[in-house]
Amino acid sequence: MKQIKAIIRRTRFEDVKEALFAADINWFSYSEVKAIGQARQDRSYRGVIYSTDIIERTEITIICRDQFVEPAIEAIMKTARTGEIGDGRIFVSPVEDTYSIRTGEHGDTVLADRK
Amino acid sequence: MESTISGLDTVWVLIAAMLVFFMQPGFALVEAGFTRAKNSANILMKNFVDFMAGSVLFWFIGFGLMHGSGNGFIGELHLFDFSFFGDSNVPAACSFIFQTVFCATAATIVSGAMAERTKFSMYVIFSIAVSALIYPIEGHWAWGGGWLSELGFHDFAGSAVVHTCGGIIALAGAIILGPRIGKYKNGKPVAIPGHNLTLGALGVFILWFGWFGFNPGSQLSATGPENATAISNVMVTTNMAAATGGLAAMVLTWILYKKPSLSLVCNGILAGLVGITAGCDQVSPAGAAIIGLLCGIAMVFSVAFFEKVVKVDDPVGAISVHGICGILGTILTGLFSVSDGLFYGAGWHFLGVQALGVLCIAAWSFVCGFVLFFILNKWKGIRVEKRIEEDGLDIYEHGETSYNN
Repeated sequence: MKQIKAIIRRTRFEDVKEALFAADINWFSYSEVKAIGQARQDRSYRGVIYSTDIIERTEITIICRDQFVEPAIEAIMKTARTGEIGDGRIFVSPVEDTYSIRTGEHGDTVLADRK
Repeated sequence: MESTISGLDTVWVLIAAMLVFFMQPGFALVEAGFTRAKNSANILMKNFVDFMAGSVLFWFIGFGLMHGSGNGFIGELHLFDFSFFGDSNVPAACSFIFQTVFCATAATIVSGAMAERTKFSMYVIFSIAVSALIYPIEGHWAWGGGWLSELGFHDFAGSAVVHTCGGIIALAGAIILGPRIGKYKNGKPVAIPGHNLTLGALGVFILWFGWFGFNPGSQLSATGPENATAISNVMVTTNMAAATGGLAAMVLTWILYKKPSLSLVCNGILAGLVGITAGCDQVSPAGAAIIGLLCGIAMVFSVAFFEKVVKVDDPVGAISVHGICGILGTILTGLFSVSDGLFYGAGWHFLGVQALGVLCIAAWSFVCGFVLFFILNKWKGIRVEKRIEEDGLDIYEHGETSYNN
């Protein structure tokens, strides 16, 4: 089992979600996060121009069996990329165990990825 | 004696009073929208207090001090009484409620400039003082038969009496308070964006709408061709100045700051409205358009001047919009008045009276505001503690927050 954490542009979320479904990842969590990075946005308020380095992004967290890692990463890479600075990052890490809260069973069989 | 009360006039003035009352939610939304979410309940409370205290205090003492005969400086005491005013074309109660909503407007201007850092208890005391003393006394000078009206000073609906008074008291308050924590970094202003410009813009639309009562209603009559023409003309000049004020701010911010700024266009519309209020009955539509334009331009530079040079922190721009444009509009009436203005060949006298009048009202408002806030500040301090300011006034001052899950 692996955990895939991807920080992507908010505007790309819908496409990434569709691509993940197509790659048989149909269960994941996401949240809106604020990040610091190289992307800058110039804004002005009442004539005071300020540069914000706070970047608003979506963070997707996927837990899946090993064989789904490659297709999932491929799906994200394909759909979240614009080529501009600020497209985001993907992190992959091992997961020791998974429990279903309702049934109490554990191990990778409780994961909702198909097949 | 036969009653001269006119039903139509009364209905007109009462509807206008309702429109002016509706400016209160307009101010509340502008001020709440232009400041941060953590202080919304506080600023809404202040707007309520202004109207609630104003209604009672103006009845208690203010109306008598403003409209009682008295002398050139001050009216006289008529405690809890407005019947002395007498019925004219409208009942005394109608005149009273119309004057009450104007008084509350003057008081409510101040809360925006002092937003996000003033102790609520101190603000309540201040609000009482404005409605009971500061506003009625200068109002008496211009509108209650005082020394300015003797001189021929013309302030039709209150550029000076209402807006300059409120805006300049706001200046005094903001100076004594000092800027919000984090407003200046190494002497440079930092943007503190308001939390909801949608609310702010709605507030400006509401104020624009309310002004159609503020100015045309100040004719105090709608009967006969003369009054019907007057209120129609005032409506046109009022709307014209609002439009050109907003346009001026849009174009100017586009040039100066590269992008047309919504928050400054909101202020520009209000700047035009404040500016036209003094002379809306005496200027032509073209004159109104120019007054609005000049006020919109002056407001943008004034906001930058106070923020970047003087370093007075005014979150909503009340000092520039109401104080500076109130002064400017009153003086411009001396230039653009079709009957008495310099540009129409009537000479310098009227212009001089306008300038003298509005500067005296500004000086009165500043001195009263400064002394009042100075005393309150020495006595208990008018500013909240650092921690309260950082966490938001809603939590510590009121226990209730505007936005909850």
